[in-house]
Amino acid sequence: MAHPTVSEPSPAGAARRVLEIRRLGMLPFAQAHLLQEDLVTRRRAGEIPDQLLLLQHPHVITLGSGSHAEHVLADPGQRNALGIDLLEAGRGGDVTYHGPGQLVGYPILDLKPDRRDVHRYLRDLEEVLIRVLDGYGIESRRVEGMTGVWTDSGKVAAIGIRVSSGWITSHGFALNVGTDLSFFETIVPCGIAGSTVTSLEHLVGRPVPITEVAARTASAFANVFDRSVSEVGGEL
Amino acid sequence: MTRIEVAMPQMGESIAEGTVSKWLKKVGDSVERDEPILEISTDKVDAEIPAPQSGILVEVSVQEGETVEVGTVVAYIDTSARVAVPAKGEEASAAKQEQPRAAAPAAAPQPPSGDGEMTEEQRIRQRSTPVVRRMAEEHGVDLASLEGKGSGHAGRVTKQDLLQYLGQEGEASVGSPPPPAKAAPGAPSISKPAPSIVPSSPVAAPRASPAASPALPPSEFWKTFYSQVQNPEFPVREGDEVVTMDKIRRLTAEHMTLAKRIAPHVHTFIEIDFTKVDGLRKANAKKWQEQGARVSFTAFVAWAVSRLLREFPIVNATVSGNNVIYRGHVNIGIAVDLDPGLIVPVIRDADDLSLVGIGKKVVDLADRARKRALSPEEIQGATFTITNPGVLGTLVGLPIIPKGTAAILGTGAIEKRVVVVEDPATGQDSMAIRKRTIFSLGYDHRIVDGADGARFLARLKQLLEEFPDDA
Repeated sequence: MAHPTVSEPSPAGAARRVLEIRRLGMLPFAQAHLLQEDLVTRRRAGEIPDQLLLLQHPHVITLGSGSHAEHVLADPGQRNALGIDLLEAGRGGDVTYHGPGQLVGYPILDLKPDRRDVHRYLRDLEEVLIRVLDGYGIESRRVEGMTGVWTDSGKVAAIGIRVSSGWITSHGFALNVGTDLSFFETIVPCGIAGSTVTSLEHLVGRPVPITEVAARTASAFANVFDRSVSEVGGEL
Repeated sequence: MTRIEVAMPQMGESIAEGTVSKWLKKVGDSVERDEPILEISTDKVDAEIPAPQSGILVEVSVQEGETVEVGTVVAYIDTSARVAVPAKGEEASAAKQEQPRAAAPAAAPQPPSGDGEMTEEQRIRQRSTPVVRRMAEEHGVDLASLEGKGSGHAGRVTKQDLLQYLGQEGEASVGSPPPPAKAAPGAPSISKPAPSIVPSSPVAAPRASPAASPALPPSEFWKTFYSQVQNPEFPVREGDEVVTMDKIRRLTAEHMTLAKRIAPHVHTFIEIDFTKVDGLRKANAKKWQEQGARVSFTAFVAWAVSRLLREFPIVNATVSGNNVIYRGHVNIGIAVDLDPGLIVPVIRDADDLSLVGIGKKVVDLADRARKRALSPEEIQGATFTITNPGVLGTLVGLPIIPKGTAAILGTGAIEKRVVVVEDPATGQDSMAIRKRTIFSLGYDHRIVDGADGARFLARLKQLLEEFPDDA
């Protein structure tokens, strides 16, 4: 007697789940945060399909739940002078910096029924970025115990996520494309002694349009998560 | 009543535990099914844990900041209770009543109890977790004396409170602990709670019986001891300067504290004659220079150690839980002074490298360490460490064993000393000037016995004093 199981993969030919790509341009962190909260609620209620928000943030330092206040090196005066906000993020991980030239991706996914493993989810996000970097001829990898994407020249992407009730994800990844890396000196990025932060442009040695990286990220994301893309529009 | 358990959920195959980062609901709150009641965090992930069913949150068994294994019960929900939650106003006025310590105990709302008045012990149980009770017992602390002083829910004494209290005791002169909560004159019995420990909201839901409290594993205390480094704070005096520790300093501080906590350290010393090594360095200096190599004393030591570690697998090992992990590779960490700061780049598979190969690697790693250009892999995976406390002329040091390894070698200053030597032919003693140094081996006494440490040093002495010409 064959009992169908809940986690059985969809039969061949069945439509893949839809992933809506929203390009939001330059969006302040606080606004993106509110938008995510709203989308999480709507995703949980099944009102919208899975989402991938692609955007950039104006200069901001955000604190994760694992943050130590002493990891923010810039004092309020320096932060003011540099125009950097400091905010609580509501995600896992330590302190990080976001700013222009950094591609931020916030997937709002329902991990049910077949992806209910947060470590697998983290590894999948890393996989997306490793593939994007590979497309630029950059060899990058995971380092055990240090979530994120690493190259020989340092960390190129940071990851910190939240899983809300019902296995709905928010927050996500930040890939340095043309980030002014000197801003990382205002914090102790969630790295380790002796390692540095780097960017895609730094690694390839030429300017790279962030819109191009966003497009490749969307398609790598759809492949890794086995979703079919639906463009909602917008510009980065 | 129907109590159901809320367990730490399985968030992923490789996730064994989670830390309670925030309680979104408190005891007495009504919760809807699927409504988030707490947040947990594991490295890069924050997750909300929803209520499995609707009801009243009647007990919280894990405090914020505590790390527990998957499956551990973190809370209980009474699914039958549908008790009205007090309105904001009532709660506020109740809170006000608690303020004046002199308020008559009789005026304080009593936790409802179906089985008569509670004993002192029962009340303490309600105000502390098993971990706290066990710790208190171990340290001879009367929990009753801390009642109501706790920072946990309803004045509950948390582990943190107790640790802090014990810390103060150690530093002395903080004043005697408050007297045990005795009943005010005229109070009918000591079992009535003193006003200061009254729950902050008059919870109507029946409380858990002590027997139902889930026991935390006895390893809980040690988990905290091994995993949380807290640097106590000290008052700043006039003229002082306060500087935030940078990344390297902070990580170093944490690692050093943990490493010292984890391994019982023993250090053994030996004096080694470097005449042979010094001679080899001088004789080959030109040849090595032409090869673009610089072979430092450290390289000689690393070469010798990497050969010896195969002879002494227990020194190239680490304690892991109840196991010993014998490392399959010989990866030598070399401490490099960054002034300020220190970093330990790793020579991987050092036992495969020649003396010159190690020499080149040492120069390269030290060079890039100073330029802050090491990749993460290059500072991970050491199975043994060499540090050179003698670099500025000091005799030798007592280095701390990096966690995850069994030993560290400290090398002293190499100096000319007058020593007594015996002529092998005639047996005649005479005085000679020799280059000598003292080495110290720090080792984890859980697995490396004193004799093993001594044998390792004796072999190292032999190898360095009779250093092969073809290394």
